[in-house]
Amino acid sequence: MDKKIKRIVLEHSDQIVQMWMDNVSELKDENYTTNIGDELYENTNREFVNVIFKSIQNQGSSEEVERFSEKIINLGWPLSYITDGLQIFRRVTVDYILTNTEDMDTEAIKVAFQSVDDWIEPIIRQLVNEYTGNWENIVSLQRVALQELSAPLIPVMDGITIMPLIGTIDTERAKLIMENLLQGTINHNSEVVLIDITGVPVVDTMVAHHIIQAAEAVHLIGAKCILVGIRPEIAQTIVNLGIDLSDFSTKSSLKKGFTSALEITNRKVVPLEGQAKEEKLRHILSSARGE
Amino acid sequence: MMNPQSCVKIQKEWDIVGARQLGRELAKEIGFGTVDQARIATAISELARNIYLYANHGEIRYEIIQVPEHKAGLCLIAEDEGPGISDISQVMKDGYTTSGGLGAGLPGVKRLMDEFEIHTEVERGTRIRTIKWLR
Repeated sequence: MDKKIKRIVLEHSDQIVQMWMDNVSELKDENYTTNIGDELYENTNREFVNVIFKSIQNQGSSEEVERFSEKIINLGWPLSYITDGLQIFRRVTVDYILTNTEDMDTEAIKVAFQSVDDWIEPIIRQLVNEYTGNWENIVSLQRVALQELSAPLIPVMDGITIMPLIGTIDTERAKLIMENLLQGTINHNSEVVLIDITGVPVVDTMVAHHIIQAAEAVHLIGAKCILVGIRPEIAQTIVNLGIDLSDFSTKSSLKKGFTSALEITNRKVVPLEGQAKEEKLRHILSSARGE
Repeated sequence: MMNPQSCVKIQKEWDIVGARQLGRELAKEIGFGTVDQARIATAISELARNIYLYANHGEIRYEIIQVPEHKAGLCLIAEDEGPGISDISQVMKDGYTTSGGLGAGLPGVKRLMDEFEIHTEVERGTRIRTIKWLR
């Protein structure tokens, strides 16, 4: 019976494909894929239905399915395209079998449903697994990449280290910041640590709390912490929130923070000697001209 | 006149980021300056974090308000079905915290925004409605 049904379906694949295509193209208008070109959509549909038929014919050619799911991901199409497409295929096929086979009793109908289900089920499972597995892979790679970027520590000079923070700070990242900051301060033997928050979009009480804690911890291990890169709007929201940062040195820009870090470590930036002489000469010349 | 607008569900920590990004976008659309955009984003961040920390899940709704005497404004509604707050006067005091934070969240939101209402019932949930007017 199963073989017979399969034969019917394979023999009349053209009609089934046509019905399926009509149904699927209706889907396009009502949801997700509205900004996809008609040609691409139709070609992909054709490929999709080929994949389905191929895997019905020779149960378990997984490579084809794998390649197709990869393509859908690369196109950025949603998972529902795959599941809806297979759902429609199931409906259309069963419909076709029931209308084109004479004298079906309930037992035969049951068998027809059963066999179509048996073909579709593994394809759904495989496609969905491939699709979600691929996504999980991408997400975990990105998480690792993000973590590598999340709390960099740059020793710029003997005793001076900078931690530039860019982007949102969540609890996990705050923990990482604290760890890197303390470890780095000890490893680089820093006297002054500059935390630059120019790239932090929102400083709410949680972020402020974590920064205060980090600064206090740095203080405990004998270094000084300067908070730099406080933009005017951030300064206002911090005041509105009522967060007290008066115990910490803060500076509006990294440049100013760096200058005061130099002062703390008893250093300053002076021009090279040769240039200094030239500068003096130019000064004398210009004042002579002025007379 | 109120236009019901968008809604962001708060379920994980990263939803807080989504919530305040949407808030910032809406604020920009209405015409708020950068300082007020930052205030609104920070207020949303506080409200969303409270939901995430205390109620586990809830939602933040955004409404753009148009009233004749004021020009326009953005109304935020943060609603959850969490444990509620037993003593409102205490949480509105600076420095009061149950989570080991700074305790500036709710009083901070009140200062960041122009209007602030809170309804809460123990074991039932909390609803905070707050508005920032465009001047």
